[in-house]
Amino acid sequence: MLIVEIIKLRYTINNMSQKILLEKVNIPGIKTYEVYRQNGGYTSVEKALKTLTPDEVVEEVKTSGLRGRGGAGFPAGMKWSFIDKKSGKPRHLVCNADESEPGTFKDRYLMEHIPHLLIEGMITSSFALGANLSYIYIRGEYMWVYKILEKAINEAKAAGWLGKNILGTGYDLEVYVHCGAGAYICGEETALIESLEGKRGNPRIKPPFPAVSGLWANPTVVNNVETISAVPWIVNNSGEEYAKIGLGRSTGTKLISASGHIKNPGVYEIEMGLSVYEFMNSDEYLGGMSSDRPLKAFIPGGSSVPVLPAHLIYKTANGDDRLMTYESLSDGGFATGSMLGSGGFIVYNDTSCIVRNTWNFSRFYHHESCGQCSPCREGTGWMEKVLHRIENGHGREEDIDLLLSIQSKIEGNTICPLGDAAAWPVAAAIRHFRDEFEYHIRFPEKIKNRDHFVAEPFESVKHLVSKVTV
Amino acid sequence: MPSLCTLWLKEIKMERTQYKQEINITEPLMNRINELISHYPEGKQKSALLPILHEVQDAHDNWLSFELMNKVAEILQIKPIEVYEVVSFYTMFNQRPIGKYMFEFCQTSPCCLNGVEDLMDYTCEKLGVKVGETTADGLFEVRGVECLGACGYAPMMQLGDFYKEHLTKEKVDQIIADCRDNKITLHDK
Repeated sequence: MLIVEIIKLRYTINNMSQKILLEKVNIPGIKTYEVYRQNGGYTSVEKALKTLTPDEVVEEVKTSGLRGRGGAGFPAGMKWSFIDKKSGKPRHLVCNADESEPGTFKDRYLMEHIPHLLIEGMITSSFALGANLSYIYIRGEYMWVYKILEKAINEAKAAGWLGKNILGTGYDLEVYVHCGAGAYICGEETALIESLEGKRGNPRIKPPFPAVSGLWANPTVVNNVETISAVPWIVNNSGEEYAKIGLGRSTGTKLISASGHIKNPGVYEIEMGLSVYEFMNSDEYLGGMSSDRPLKAFIPGGSSVPVLPAHLIYKTANGDDRLMTYESLSDGGFATGSMLGSGGFIVYNDTSCIVRNTWNFSRFYHHESCGQCSPCREGTGWMEKVLHRIENGHGREEDIDLLLSIQSKIEGNTICPLGDAAAWPVAAAIRHFRDEFEYHIRFPEKIKNRDHFVAEPFESVKHLVSKVTV
Repeated sequence: MPSLCTLWLKEIKMERTQYKQEINITEPLMNRINELISHYPEGKQKSALLPILHEVQDAHDNWLSFELMNKVAEILQIKPIEVYEVVSFYTMFNQRPIGKYMFEFCQTSPCCLNGVEDLMDYTCEKLGVKVGETTADGLFEVRGVECLGACGYAPMMQLGDFYKEHLTKEKVDQIIADCRDNKITLHDK
């Protein structure tokens, strides 16, 4: 009887958290073509090429409600339907594997452990778009993953899934891997295209959008690794089935990369709609805070999205449960909400310093700004300088307003969203943790050590800030 | 009178040309270059620039001299400036000789939460260098770089084509010893 109960329990647990991308990741040898194929790999290619038209595949993806997993969350099917088919120019699918958003490492996990899933997704998606030449743009630092993908492509080609006249259907496709060389900006789709053309990664002005004029001025769709990897399941099981998973407009599952002060950092596949509380605390996922220190703040979607303080993490400002969906995480706008972004989940305990962290991110954006637009090129450096002096005990009372002023002048005034991504975390940190900035400015001798909050967490010295009037 | 800009460029060029690099495009390297070029349509060979620069740099002590960049431009039939502007944009290309074993520690926030700063201090002290410097024997170099996409496995560093994750002081010691004993593979060719 006990065994039956256990089986039942396991069944419910499995049912509760459906896996789509990582379903087969633990099968020994799944990296190789043979094992992947034996476990139902490449069936979506067979189904699409033999029984569906490209438009039908696009329709399925539209029905599924799959949204871009790179950060923006734009509906993938709609993006596909914008591709210019009338011009008669060659079309391309480019997979964005330039994962470099701080806090995000999910694409790497997927490509490293189950590379054929991405190749299968590339073939099915390229067929839907009518592309005969597609690329996977991977960041240069992931050189060993580049080799894994190259091997997977060669295996797929040898087995007849790539090349001329695939499965005798008359469809031709070549897929190649292309590597970057260390530039966060190349994760922006037009910068990525520039880089793929062998140039500096300077984003282009839109319009024209890549769907009309992208790679070598041909119609191009750029999708994230995770988005493309979800396509095989959708084609196999129908878009309708996919749309049943998740909650509301956040359909399907999402990979979350979790890091920071938690017990079990790593990559998790969650069904959208899971509560943030459960994700943070259940043993199936993050297992709570490491060394049992209190939670101070978290960033749900990579460094570019606003940081949230402890009281807004599990509940929204209205008192509703905060859920892992695009909508719930952004509930309350920037005043009390954040964004799901790329799913880079960074957790901070009470020993971490928000000022230091904000300075760290500003340094990152300053380093990664391509230098094309002056608000971003100059503004990110200026913010970094101001934050650096606050963190190092040379801050001035007016610096906080200066930071707000700089960030507001970057936001919305640049060609690509890197400017916004640099501005938002600064604004959010000041919005929710202004007293911490004030503490740094007013008590420079207390923050000399870079681990200043380890011995003396901010909670225990907070009262000092309110006593000092300026 | 030359403009400030030309003077500055001249200065950079002089500084860089102090370093000499022996150029050797071997047959296997040339074959790989041609293979990479074949990944792009006819006439779009410039697209192969980044992957080729990686290959060429790996085969030339991990840095690119002007002569080497000119050679790449010649192979791809593009102007040398088209190579310079790319090399100076991307952080993975080095324009001066660097230590054989370059420890590139990720120093972005999630890694800092797990103590990468202390680990960098420890490594620098052990090797007797500051961040950005090469040891006198030319064997080691320590650098701080931005997010490498291994936040959940922090602290970590990149060494050649590979990541060394969940680092501790003991692991760093071991890596340094392995480098000295020539036990570390930098590139998977």
